Amino acid sequence: MLITCPYCGPRDVIEFTYQGDGNRTRPQPASQDLDAWNAYVYDRLNPAGDHNEIWQHSGGCRAHLRIVRNTLTHEILSTAFARGGHKSAGHKAGGNQ
Amino acid sequence: MSPRRTETGGRIDRLRTIRFTFDGAPYTGHAGDTLASALLAKGVTLFGRSFKYHRPRGLLAAGVEEPNALVTVLRGDVREPNIPATMVEIYDGLVAVSQNRFPSLAWDVSAVNQLGGKILLAGFYYKTFMGPVIGPLKGTRFWMFCEHFIRRAAGLGRAGTAPDPSRYERMNAFCDVLVVGSGPAGLTAAKAAADQGARVILVELEPRFGGTANWSGETIDGAPASDWAGRIVGQLEGYDNVRLLPRTTVWGYYDGNTLAALERVTDHKEVPAKGEPRQRYWAIRAKTVVLATGSFERPLVFPGNDRPGVMLAHAAERYANEYGVLPGERIALFTNNDSAYRSAVALKKAGAAIVAVIDVRSDVSNEMSRLASEAEAELLAGHAVVATEGGKALAGLKVQRFDMISGALSGDERSIHADCLLMSGGWSPTIHLASQAGAKAEWDPGRQAFLPPRPTQRWPTQQWIGAGAFTGSFSTAEAIAEGRAAGLQAAGGTASLAALPVVGAAPGDPDPAPVFEIKAKGKSFVDFQHDVTAEDVRLAHREGFVSVEHLKRYTTLGMATDQGKSSNVPGLAIMAEALGKPIPEVGTTRFRPPYTPVSIGSLAAERFGDLKPERLTPMHDWHIANGATMYSAGLWYRPMIYGLAGETVEQAYVREAKASRESAGIVDVSTLGKIAVQGPDAAELLDRVYTNVFSTLAIGKARYGLMLREDGLAFDDGTTWRLGEQDFLMTTTTANAGKVMQHLEYFLDVIWPELKVTVTSVTDERAGAAIGGPNARAILASCVTGTAVDNATLPFMGIVHGQIAGVPVMICRLSFSGEMAFEVYSGAGHGTRVWEALIEAGRPFGLVTYGLEALGTMRIEKGHVTGAEIDGRTTARDLYLDWMLSKKKPFIGSAMMDREGLIAPDRLQLVGLISLDNRPFNGGAHIVEELDEANPHDSIGHITACCYSPALGKYIALALVKGGKARHGTRAFVSDPLRNRYGPIEIVSNHFYDPDGSRMHG
Ligand SMILES: [Zn+2]
Repeated sequence: MLITCPYCGPRDVIEFTYQGDGNRTRPQPASQDLDAWNAYVYDRLNPAGDHNEIWQHSGGCRAHLRIVRNTLTHEILSTAFARGGHKSAGHKAGGNQ
Repeated sequence: MSPRRTETGGRIDRLRTIRFTFDGAPYTGHAGDTLASALLAKGVTLFGRSFKYHRPRGLLAAGVEEPNALVTVLRGDVREPNIPATMVEIYDGLVAVSQNRFPSLAWDVSAVNQLGGKILLAGFYYKTFMGPVIGPLKGTRFWMFCEHFIRRAAGLGRAGTAPDPSRYERMNAFCDVLVVGSGPAGLTAAKAAADQGARVILVELEPRFGGTANWSGETIDGAPASDWAGRIVGQLEGYDNVRLLPRTTVWGYYDGNTLAALERVTDHKEVPAKGEPRQRYWAIRAKTVVLATGSFERPLVFPGNDRPGVMLAHAAERYANEYGVLPGERIALFTNNDSAYRSAVALKKAGAAIVAVIDVRSDVSNEMSRLASEAEAELLAGHAVVATEGGKALAGLKVQRFDMISGALSGDERSIHADCLLMSGGWSPTIHLASQAGAKAEWDPGRQAFLPPRPTQRWPTQQWIGAGAFTGSFSTAEAIAEGRAAGLQAAGGTASLAALPVVGAAPGDPDPAPVFEIKAKGKSFVDFQHDVTAEDVRLAHREGFVSVEHLKRYTTLGMATDQGKSSNVPGLAIMAEALGKPIPEVGTTRFRPPYTPVSIGSLAAERFGDLKPERLTPMHDWHIANGATMYSAGLWYRPMIYGLAGETVEQAYVREAKASRESAGIVDVSTLGKIAVQGPDAAELLDRVYTNVFSTLAIGKARYGLMLREDGLAFDDGTTWRLGEQDFLMTTTTANAGKVMQHLEYFLDVIWPELKVTVTSVTDERAGAAIGGPNARAILASCVTGTAVDNATLPFMGIVHGQIAGVPVMICRLSFSGEMAFEVYSGAGHGTRVWEALIEAGRPFGLVTYGLEALGTMRIEKGHVTGAEIDGRTTARDLYLDWMLSKKKPFIGSAMMDREGLIAPDRLQLVGLISLDNRPFNGGAHIVEELDEANPHDSIGHITACCYSPALGKYIALALVKGGKARHGTRAFVSDPLRNRYGPIEIVSNHFYDPDGSRMHG
């Protein structure tokens, strides 16, 4: 699997660390809504299909990326910095941009 | 008569004789021979014994799909088992042995299994061994008893135990077009893509490029097809955008068009050239893949179809045309399709007598009748083979009239004298790689085969284009046309107007008759390598195995090392018939990597042995030179003790700890994680990640901090120093340095991108030494310049900057040992200079160096927690760190830490233990209320750390014990059955030593 880091270009998946489901929303820090915290900490969508994910380019620039990945085909549909800004389109196999 | 070498013909080098041994006997062959062709040329027909029944088996095929003739190749003490003899190129000095026979190939005692017959039916292993114990001879215990004997009797080759001295290499390659297979389709594709300027890799699993062109006897543009192939290969060799990889098997097709291939670099050589690896693992990333992997001829299923001398038709043609070897003198052919007629003519031309062509079809075309006449063969249309005769070689066969529609046999059996029977049950495209890439194969009723999806179909992360027999286009003319189109498409070129080469080939209809099995009395084999018969498949159906995946596992059909390359479709056809369903409704199993067996050595390549990086502190060499015994802590190496001559480990650490408390001790703490947290919102970030408040910390002061995880459990602890308004230095435990860094980065990047903070790992930038004890301050005072270190200038948790030996240092007064102590940090490059200056300054005071053991001892005496207690299951309250949980602000984990289960009173909580029998404890030992050595039960907790405490004069431990605090002052027992250590203990507070901290505050 190749992930196209907006900084570093298409890199092998071994350079990245999966950092969890990107669909979760963290409650406001002072929130006492335990259900919301529980959902944030424990609930995962685990879809068979397109999935929003957070990956860190831990073996590279260390940026966190928001990635839409198809869990059936491993196709990466889009890649963007988690903190916003630059967004790159998904890449097809073999590094075709 | 037996098989023999022909006088002329074949692409072997008859002038070069090669000597080798098989089962200890000397043989000769020629350069270009495989072990299979060389032995066959010498009349060898018996190559192995079958898996379950130990039936004699000969060659079925000529290529990679060979299921019977598996051999072990020996190189010195190294054994490589289960290699098809068809894939072994002979070289001078080759030593090969047959497998699965005892004591010898010709006389095999287990062959009685054939006579017993029924005992090893499908599911035998499940039925006999997997059930509960019913009688005395059943069940898993019985299996354990019998396993040794069965594994010896049934099975394939034996792996060696000697270490493999070979070197393996791993290569990464990138290309625009990867062409897999070099038959007419693959060659044309590679040439077309290369002509467009694409970077091309052409991979061929055989030694010679050209595939069927090497033995088909066809012509291309008037020249022999092999010459045409040779010419194209010669052209490709001259291209610098083309890489040719012979003897290379693409065995895996992975995400993102990453393909794995194994190149056998020197397996065919007597002596490798200097520097050559044995095998090379290629990880190839291709923009587009052209699959030109060809097809496999299928056996027909009929009684005795496994007897030596029964072979696939094309294999015999290949032995004759490529190796100059006739597999028999009197050859009969049995077919359900036209391709066998071409084989008949080829073998006739090579010098054999073709005694009969037996065709299941009653209607044979005029063209095929003419080919049969050309081969001077009797044509028995509407007939089938119902039996074969002979032992270790074929003596003859029996045929009967056969009705293709009903499958019925009729009329008298007729005997035919033949020493070789060739069979052709149609052709199956080699779709393994496409299947691995996720393509769902489609049944083609015309070809009676699973074909890959149409080439136009696009897969998101695997992009391949098929060409030639792989797509079901079995003629060479089609292969060349499809190959050129595929090569052009893969390289992004446009249709070529140049004329295609003209192919001269025998005519023939590519569609076989839908006949897979002749039902007659006797064992008819479907999977030759795993000894699965047609009856086994029906038995599995009768016993309720109706899914193809279950059928596969129950009968083990297609699960041998050949992965059912020849047996897959016949097995499915028989299953479909038993189910009364058409084949596409039964479906096919999915092929998985590897396509052929892969050596573990090639996967490891250079990555063997101890591959961890070693992290050494700046003072490492000093420690070694001064007698330290080093200890590996994660990737770090740290002094365990600085032992004196004759000291035990316990004596050494007790001496070091005692001296540290009586005078002063110094320890290397460079391994602590250090993270620079800087920026306008640095204090705000620390307030959010630590349970306690950092924004109120004064510049030039440090504070102990605790972090929780999102779920409210304890994560890491350490001190953080405020060096400036927006500049903090965070320290973490050695073990969690990486995790804490990632934790901070995650929150800054994903959760709180609005915070203006940068975090930088500076662990390796600074050397650290902790010096503590009653004389520590005096030692510092004698060597530090540029600052005072008295209580007013450097109070508890204060920070000063000065110099030691001219090196700038930063000193913070904090304590892990419980003594008045200081951490001294300098630039890593000056670490040893500062360390040596401190040692020198400490000499008059009796300063000792101490290691991890003494460090651990002093922290246990103080009751400080480390990773052994912050084990991912404990909360701040469990560790009596609840005083650090701020109520003034939310922090990571604050919302979740008060959940019911995390505040229950019976949780495991931190306590101290004192040994009441004056014997040492062991880490991990259990604590019980009731001592029962015979039947240890009801653990109330376990020991996390233990030592002899010189300060208390006792063996002590830290432990996590249920409802710990309420048990202070009570007695219990340690129960450690593994190490046979039982005894009474007292449960006390974890603060054994100086609980009010008077020594630390001075
Ligand atoms: Zn990057």
